[in-house]
Amino acid sequence: MPDSQPAIRLEHISRHYSMGEAVIRAVDDVSLDLPTGEFLALLGSSGSGKSTLLNLIAGLDRPTSGAVIAEGQDLSKVSSLDLARYRRQTVGMVFQSFNLLPRMTLEENVELPLRLAEVERGDRAARVHDALGRVGLEKRSGHRPSELSGGEQQRAAIARALVNRPKILLADEPTGNLDSTTGESILTLLKEIQRNPGMTIVMVTHERPLAERFADRLAVMGDGKLLSNGAAR
Amino acid sequence: MKPRDLSDLALRNLREAILRNSLTTLGIAVGVASLVAMLSLGVGLQQLASKRLSQSGLFDSVFVTPRMNLRGMGREAMPAPSDKPPRLLDEDARQEISRLPNVVEVYPQVRFFTEVRYDGKPFATMVAGMPASSKVSGSFDGMQGSFFSSDGAFETILQSEFAKELNPQTSALIGKELVLRYAERQSLPATAADSGAASSSNSESLPGGFSVVPKEMRLRIVGVVDTEPAAGFGGYGNGRLLIPLQVAMTLRAAQVNDLRDIVRGTSSTPTFASLTVRAKGPAHVEALEASIKNMGFGAFSLLDASKSLRIFFSVFDLLLGIFGSLALAVATLGIINTLVMAILERRREIGVLKALGAADRDVKQLFFVEAGVMGLFGGIFGAFLGWLIGRALTFGTNVYLHRQNLPGVDISSVPWWLVLFAVAFAVLVSLAAGLYPASRAARLNPVEALRYE
Repeated sequence: MPDSQPAIRLEHISRHYSMGEAVIRAVDDVSLDLPTGEFLALLGSSGSGKSTLLNLIAGLDRPTSGAVIAEGQDLSKVSSLDLARYRRQTVGMVFQSFNLLPRMTLEENVELPLRLAEVERGDRAARVHDALGRVGLEKRSGHRPSELSGGEQQRAAIARALVNRPKILLADEPTGNLDSTTGESILTLLKEIQRNPGMTIVMVTHERPLAERFADRLAVMGDGKLLSNGAAR
Repeated sequence: MKPRDLSDLALRNLREAILRNSLTTLGIAVGVASLVAMLSLGVGLQQLASKRLSQSGLFDSVFVTPRMNLRGMGREAMPAPSDKPPRLLDEDARQEISRLPNVVEVYPQVRFFTEVRYDGKPFATMVAGMPASSKVSGSFDGMQGSFFSSDGAFETILQSEFAKELNPQTSALIGKELVLRYAERQSLPATAADSGAASSSNSESLPGGFSVVPKEMRLRIVGVVDTEPAAGFGGYGNGRLLIPLQVAMTLRAAQVNDLRDIVRGTSSTPTFASLTVRAKGPAHVEALEASIKNMGFGAFSLLDASKSLRIFFSVFDLLLGIFGSLALAVATLGIINTLVMAILERRREIGVLKALGAADRDVKQLFFVEAGVMGLFGGIFGAFLGWLIGRALTFGTNVYLHRQNLPGVDISSVPWWLVLFAVAFAVLVSLAAGLYPASRAARLNPVEALRYE
């Protein structure tokens, strides 16, 4: 159940790109509160600005104007080093194309955020094992991504996103490359993860029926603007 | 990221593109090898020259003569450096000089004409006394036989040309005995200058002079050497039959300067034609030379020649270094190319790393370490390759010298400092080459990098 304190607050944020003379308003004056512990689905057609909004929440991009408030600080104003620390410690990212490093085994892929966070070597193995266990892949830890199915790869990517124990899980079209059954199983897994106290999930998707089934709230975007924002059911 | 994780990841990345990275590393190795080979030649040739000149004692020695000694020996008269009266170069003077600061040893030049009898045949030649310290001068390296067993041994080392006169098979001479005939100087009591025919205008009594008595002694041949150390220095000709200096001094053989002393009527005490003063190092030579001149002797050293030699080799090394560095400069372009290619290939990976929380600094360090590791391996392999090239050059030179009946030399030398310098230089150059690719990778926008297919 969501807490009263928002995990993230978006205040009039815009993200504009210049393409020659033209200015593309990928995100245009969006304000949104993400209560802690909530599962929010960002819906919209292609080019509606939902992925750009997710990147701003993830600290991968900075807004042209407005503020992204997370953990009491404005992400648009922090240094790039602090932004990297935020990505490392506060958020976990899951992508449509999994983005596992193909040369590394699952174990090594999942260990990567721990290396970046300078977690002691002695603690890492147990944490990697736990994370893989949560997604049911502990027996496939020595395999490379190419030896796994799409669903398994996405599970491994979720394990990697969770291994640093983030407060916010951000998923960009996590079911986009999967068949409907596998996609459903991934969303079931995300729903399970949300049951951890304080875990907030923001998922970008264009599959409204799935979003309505699994998310607590739906935010619909169009042309960079927030068109609607309400409870899923 | 911790250093160990950083190096783990860097090594893993290098292994993934093993062929390209190996070729880049090989490029660095060839660059370093050319640098090391060039500098090893410079160092080797310098050492060769030093061995023949500096180590022979010429550059840390002062040659002392009675002040007027050199006049008329084909040299210009030395300007008087002090107003002290000229002094006799006798045993007292030797003791006095040996008490000067930074003096290691003072020994006289003892050289005299002799007749050698070997196998019943006479041979005229020049004897030279060798101090024990001359053993390490480098001239006796690679000699046939051995150096004198002691400073008082009745042993001799023959100069090879002279040895060939005795027996063309010089190695057969070692262990054989020869007879040395020499003129022993025996002092006479002082007499008044009363010989009517040679009436003297002054009333001083003339010194007693000496008589010359033929003597013989047997010497065992222990070695044959190409050249005498510091041969002919002081203008008395090359010694072709070398004996321990202590033995040479006890013979009291008449020397070339004895007649001059008698005619000059300076004293009846035996004097030295010249003394060699060895200083603790070339740095002390200048001060020592001045002190000796101040005592009333003629003194000169080869310090100026040594300085010129050092300047020559510094310039020589610099030029060799520049030529050697050219190959390394080409290798640097190889590193830049490899790493820039790696950025293109690993664009998405860099995006993932950044999304997982890697700071710009982490990405930069990763590329830096990759460049540094290539530099390190290239440097180590290159130093070895350079050493190998140096050995090959030395081998080729020695084959040539051997055909010319000349002794072998070591024309290249790879001292530890050169290895360390080469490896450090390779790492430094590689890091510099990685500077641009690393900062370009670090600046990569993660959103764009993740979109890249």
